[in-house]
Amino acid sequence: MPTTTVKPLPLPEGVPGIVADWSSDQRAFKNVPWGKAMMWIFLLSDTFIFSSFLISYMTVRMSATEPWPNPSEVFALTLWGKHIPLILIAIMTFVLISSSGTMAMAVKFGYEKNKKMTFILLLITAALGATFVGMQAFEWTKLILDEGIRPWGNPLGAAQFGSVFFMITGFHGTHVSIGVIFLIIVAIKVLRGDLDHERPGFLTGRKGKYEIVEIMGLYWHFVDLVWVFIFAVFYLW
Amino acid sequence: MAHAEGQQHAHAHAQGQQHAHVEGQQHPIGIYLKIWALLFILSALSYSVDYFHFQGYLRWFLIIVFMLLKAGLIVAVFMHMMWERLALLYAILVPTLLLMVLLGIGALEADYTFFTRGVFFLKGLL
Repeated sequence: MPTTTVKPLPLPEGVPGIVADWSSDQRAFKNVPWGKAMMWIFLLSDTFIFSSFLISYMTVRMSATEPWPNPSEVFALTLWGKHIPLILIAIMTFVLISSSGTMAMAVKFGYEKNKKMTFILLLITAALGATFVGMQAFEWTKLILDEGIRPWGNPLGAAQFGSVFFMITGFHGTHVSIGVIFLIIVAIKVLRGDLDHERPGFLTGRKGKYEIVEIMGLYWHFVDLVWVFIFAVFYLW
Repeated sequence: MAHAEGQQHAHAHAQGQQHAHVEGQQHPIGIYLKIWALLFILSALSYSVDYFHFQGYLRWFLIIVFMLLKAGLIVAVFMHMMWERLALLYAILVPTLLLMVLLGIGALEADYTFFTRGVFFLKGLL
């Protein structure tokens, strides 16, 4: 019997596509690797965590009777004899956005199986992420030592400022730190050729594929995405 | 899904594996660079909202517009959501939008707390 290559039927688009995907057997998320769908589900749960933090921050700030410390002044720096408001946070924002750009390109070169470029771009992304965490450590040190801000109170105004600040930026900084560690792990896997030779991973034992670079990228872009919201509602309010 | 062409097409095997999933996202590098530049410009704009001391509703309007534009660009292009099937897009987007309800409840609660605190402190003064 001759082997025939059967082309699958095209998947319907639009609303019929949603219905067809969700009512089909086996899997609802077509054209998406298993790991990628699971990363999206994880990111959705993380979205709820960060949203709970930011919404409770809004509730706490709106109900505070004491004046809220002005973030524009709290996070100002004097550089080259010039007093610039919020400059540290602005630089941190540009660093994180740059890391998102290099991550997006790492994913692109990954699918092209360009090992060298993927490795270099992943390392640059990790370095920018580490820079971001370093600047955050500097910011925390300055706030704790120089300005006397504590989770239970501060000399600048509403006591809630400290607890909210340390909780939200601390949780985000933890996400960035974990991301940097995983970026380095993925970069090493790329360099060793684990993905080219489909070597199983140490955690799940699934075959190595370049889709893990994209899944890593989803997490990294999410960290950047959360920062966009923190920057807007915490630092600019 | 036109972009995904050139990917390995899984052949339908004799065992009855019917789905040929085209997995992975391939896009020209230019779009990433353009979005990157746009994100830089938008960040600079949202920083300048603070730098030039815009106040009141204008400040809020600008902050939220720049925030949503940046978030949208990151999710749509960097996270490839604009090329995914609607089943995945809605599975992620709809629950996220439901958070607006929590936002509304939070604002109501905060107003009420602020009001009762006002009443409480006023009583202390009388």
